Amino acid sequence: MSTMNWIAIGTITDIPQRGARCVATPQGKIAVFRTAEDRVFAIEDHCPHKGGPLSQGIVHGAAVTCPLHNWVISLETGKALGADDGAVKTIPVRVDGERLFIALEALADRAA
Amino acid sequence: MTEKLVIIGNGMAPGRMLEHLFEKAPGQFDVTIFNAEPRVNYDRIMLSPVLSGEKTFEEIVIHGDGWYVANGVTLYKGHKIVAIDRAARTVTSDHGVTESYDRLVIATGSVPFIIPVPGHDLPGVLSYRDLDDVQAMLLAAQSRAKAVVIGGGLLGLEAAAGLSMQGMDVTVLHVMPTLMERQLDPAAGYLLQKAVEERGIKVMTKANTKAIVGNGKVEGIELADGTIVPATLVVMAVGIRPNAALAKDAGLTVNRGIVVDAGMQTSDPDIFALGECAEVGGQVYGLVAPLYEMARVTAARLAGEEGTGFVHSDTPTKLKVTGIDLFSLGDFADGDDRQEIVLRDASAGVYKRLVLKDNRIIGTVLYGETADGAWFNDLKKKGTDISEMRETLIFGQAYQGGSPLDPMAAVAALPDDAEICGCNGVCKGKITGTITARRLTSLDDVRAHTKASASCGSCTGLVEKLMVLTLGDTYNPAAVQPMCSCTTLGHDEVRRLIKAKGLKAIPAVMQELEWKTSCGCAKCRPALNYYLVADWPDEYADDYQSRFINERVHANIQKDGTYSVVPRMWGGVTNSHELRAIADVVDKFDIPMVKVTGGQRIDMLGIRKEDLPAVWADLGQAGFVSGHAYAKGLRTVKTCVGSDWCRFGTQDSTGLGIRIEKFMWGSWTPAKVKMAVSGCPRNCSEATCKDVGVICVDSGFEIHFAGAAGLDIKGTEVLGQVKTEDEALEHIVALTQMYREQGRYLERIYKWAKRVGLDEIRRQIMDDGEKRRAYYERFVFSQKFAQVDPWSERVSGKDKHEFRPMASVGFAEAAE
Ligand code: SRM
Ligand SMILES: Cc1cc2nc3c(=O)[nH]c(=O)nc-3n(C[C@H](O)[C@H](O)[C@H](O)COP(=O)(O)OP(=O)(O)OC[C@H]3O[C@@H](n4cnc5c(N)ncnc54)[C@H](O)[C@@H]3O)c2cc1C
Ligand code: SF4
Ligand code: FES
Repeated sequence: MSTMNWIAIGTITDIPQRGARCVATPQGKIAVFRTAEDRVFAIEDHCPHKGGPLSQGIVHGAAVTCPLHNWVISLETGKALGADDGAVKTIPVRVDGERLFIALEALADRAA
Repeated sequence: MTEKLVIIGNGMAPGRMLEHLFEKAPGQFDVTIFNAEPRVNYDRIMLSPVLSGEKTFEEIVIHGDGWYVANGVTLYKGHKIVAIDRAARTVTSDHGVTESYDRLVIATGSVPFIIPVPGHDLPGVLSYRDLDDVQAMLLAAQSRAKAVVIGGGLLGLEAAAGLSMQGMDVTVLHVMPTLMERQLDPAAGYLLQKAVEERGIKVMTKANTKAIVGNGKVEGIELADGTIVPATLVVMAVGIRPNAALAKDAGLTVNRGIVVDAGMQTSDPDIFALGECAEVGGQVYGLVAPLYEMARVTAARLAGEEGTGFVHSDTPTKLKVTGIDLFSLGDFADGDDRQEIVLRDASAGVYKRLVLKDNRIIGTVLYGETADGAWFNDLKKKGTDISEMRETLIFGQAYQGGSPLDPMAAVAALPDDAEICGCNGVCKGKITGTITARRLTSLDDVRAHTKASASCGSCTGLVEKLMVLTLGDTYNPAAVQPMCSCTTLGHDEVRRLIKAKGLKAIPAVMQELEWKTSCGCAKCRPALNYYLVADWPDEYADDYQSRFINERVHANIQKDGTYSVVPRMWGGVTNSHELRAIADVVDKFDIPMVKVTGGQRIDMLGIRKEDLPAVWADLGQAGFVSGHAYAKGLRTVKTCVGSDWCRFGTQDSTGLGIRIEKFMWGSWTPAKVKMAVSGCPRNCSEATCKDVGVICVDSGFEIHFAGAAGLDIKGTEVLGQVKTEDEALEHIVALTQMYREQGRYLERIYKWAKRVGLDEIRRQIMDDGEKRRAYYERFVFSQKFAQVDPWSERVSGKDKHEFRPMASVGFAEAAE
């Protein structure tokens, strides 16, 4: 059986609008994004192209442009948009009032 | 034999008539024009963009002076005709010039209606009809005081928007309950009022003007209910009257306008009338489309052709206020025999209404989304039975026939006779046909040959789509490349509009210039951020989320996600104290690589992001500031050892380099700017491949610019020579400021210079001392806000979120 393990990571105001913050985990960094409309997404901080830190990119709409070579990654699906091919893992996020949680089910699986 | 043709009035209608006439019957007439306005024929429709600052008068001239010379036309500017003698077949102007005619054309247009309330003749009361009115309004706007516009119709609202963009506090008084009630139903009128008010313009409806009050000049308006609205400028835009007095005095038949038959002939067979002064079929007109139809008919008759006469057709109304989209056509009053289809989308601010009779469209009101206007107009004109598509009709053409079409396909699907340009009555087939027949490749050519998009310009997008359809990939849209796919505007247009409309934040730019995406993309956001920083140094709040990571954290990101740090070494000069501090930082933070750069300073590579503030703190202690090695801004000023040491040195090149760097560091520019100063023409600091370089010579300083040695290699051009260090600095700073104000984002100096022309730059910087000084001062002003060391700012806590993870999830938590 798979359980959802929701872990509190802070509040939405910790992240600037159209920006991102990182969460360090044993499996590497997770980038948590906040869009202009206050939607929150979490994805691996690792560009499918050459591993660029996506958390450092420019956030526009529900996408981020990688700071290294400008791939555009959808925050909703983790997929590269446009002509590029590739995807990063997305991590479920829950917003409860101001508070943010991410689900680390997969991490728990891997860690176990 | 040439006949003598005299025209009274030089507006848009006779201008168009002459174009047709010269095409049909070249040489048949010897033409003389008398115009009360002291100027050539211009696009009166576009006065509003001139008022708002979005266009200049030169840009709206239709026929320049050269056109009259080329066509042998005698134009009397500033001559008003005061009498027509039909027996003698002459006209006489107020300056006493008498000219005889074989054929006479009266095209005196309209006069604005002035409500005859007390005070209507006070200084400060204007109408809105010609360039003089616009100039008077612009002059009044300089005082930034209060303006009242009487009349909430098309003209009144355009005047109000323009005055408000010029910084005036504007109130619109409208006598009816909703704005533009002749063109809009109350729902659309309400949305329009909201949009107008959002621009900071006050709107008072049901406001009945009783008097204009003031002592010697306008001070306010008194309404019928006793309210006083203060004002220093009053613009009356309450309607127009055909200007027919002259014709009446001459004994021609005049009703509301000068009565003409379908061939535009007045009651005197040698005299024609056209334009707003003419009444045909019992109607007078106030939009250019029907006037252009009159022009076509008049030209044909003068050329001796019979052909079709004038036929009435409805013309859609559009408001030319940037950012407000409305379209109105035909008859939209309620009625028992009518049905309507309405669509509202409150969150998007969209309202659409179609009025149908016998399954045919008779009226259309579109607000907020007007792209389907042309299609509805086509259905109405053809009387198409819409019962088949009734369910989806209001959603527009894209929804007909299954899945939504993209806008290109929607244009492709228009029939050949669909009207594209309402002003000039040009249909799709004419445009595509002309493009092919004449092998046209630019928008300007298409305008010149078909007239489509040549008047109010609101159909430009459609015309461009047709060009793409016809020419395929060979069409390079308008030579103006849009900034990115979020907009159709090019960089220059956006820069101009930011200034003209006083836009001071990225959301304001996106809203006003109708960005197609909600918050831009990684291409346009950094560009807009730069333009706003450069244009409003004191008012704009830099948007860090719109900067590339390097500029956001003031270091260069590396392939592994670590950063490099390059402190400034002014002019490439250092000392043991600085070197020791660098050595200590390298040891303390275990920095894996230290390298001397090509820009005469030291690069520390492989620093973890979390360590950046601490690294800066230590470097700051030793007196270092950021070297901006990451910035679209001033990078390094390379120097050589110069006269202090070198046996060939002619001037203190090191000292000048340091002075320039200390003066200009921290400034943002469209792309990076690298400079160098060499002490003699041996040029050891490689000044002749920099964005700006100085070669010192015995007699002074030779200033170079527009070099490159990166992706392109290009030797510099000489700007000019000056005698003193002070002058060298002033010239370099002014040149940089000119580039800051005109450059497109990411366009380096050599590309900008190629675009605007080396001579133009030399003229403004070398020859025009006043301009140079003004550029210099603007740079100095902006440095007040820019010359802040970003590193010490971050050390003291700014943006600390950037450098720390938000949370750390331990192994135990993750595994739980
Ligand atoms: C460090 C340095 C190489 C070195 O080890 O010496 C360097 C390093 C980089 N250069 Fe450079 N350039 C360096 C001198 C130059 C020079 C020589 C010079 O300035 O005298 C040139 C050619 C001169 C010119 O610019 O015309 C140069 C032409 C470029 C270009 C091509 C620019 C162009 O418009 O053609 C780029 C790419 C760009 O900017 O888009 C570039 C971009 C870069 C970037 C920023 C690449 C990047 O985007 O990450 C490199 C950053 C590495 C880092 O983290 O420091 N670098 N680069 C030099 C830093 C100088 C300094 O002290 O600031
Ligand atoms: C601000 C503004 C915005 C407009 N916007 C639009 C729009 O978006 N769409 C649209 O279709 N229409 C618009 N119009 C209307 C359009 O401009 C007019 O319908 C059109 O210009 C009228 O052309 P015309 O040649 O009949 O007269 P005019 O262009 O008015 O020309 C008449 C000329 O005759 C001269 N004249 C008058 N009497 C004499 C005399 N006795 N002797 C010598 N010269 C004389 C006048 O000085 C004037 O220059 C707008 C008008 C204004 C003022
Ligand atoms: S030349 Fe410049 S951009 Fe290219 S690898 Fe070297 S430092 Fe990087
Ligand atoms: S690593 Fe992200 S685009 Fe290359």
